[in-house]
Amino acid sequence: MKIGKVSGTVVSTINAPVFEARRLLLCDLLDETGKKPEGRSLIAVDAVGAGAGETVLILDEGNSARQVVDLEDAPIRAVIVGIVDEIEVESKTRR
Amino acid sequence: MELARVIGTVVATQQVEGLEGVKFLIVQPVDRNDKKIGEPVVAADGVAMAGPGELVYIVASREASLALPEKFVPVDHAIVGIVDAVSEV
Repeated sequence: MKIGKVSGTVVSTINAPVFEARRLLLCDLLDETGKKPEGRSLIAVDAVGAGAGETVLILDEGNSARQVVDLEDAPIRAVIVGIVDEIEVESKTRR
Repeated sequence: MELARVIGTVVATQQVEGLEGVKFLIVQPVDRNDKKIGEPVVAADGVAMAGPGELVYIVASREASLALPEKFVPVDHAIVGIVDAVSEV
């Protein structure tokens, strides 16, 4: 799974059926601390009602994505499966 | 799934079985400000409506073949939607 920040909404009227009536969010991928952008972004279907600027958990694998939208052979790859409240990364100093 | 700009078309009459009727477009992955990212690829047109210059979004690997009506057409990238706008959230 990846961590990203919602940075835009993709508006599209002509698309594969799975994207009908589903929100497509443009997410800028972040590093493991959830702070530094990685310079890459991807489009994910929103499954949790993620809002502007929120840090989200992105599932970027087709079979699991199809499971989330419950469509057996939909051409879908990335789905937002969670809104991140907090990220704690092993601090440098070992206790 | 990522944003891409349609920059050309490819016609290949001699091709493997299963590719009949599949329209091939050359797409250049771009970011939200139309800046090129990586190399162009040839993508099957999953919505059969994408024209040159249009902003689309594409999927890769197995999802690409799922974007086409026939079952398991041998393609590795496919256009799954035409972008009307990318609005700032």
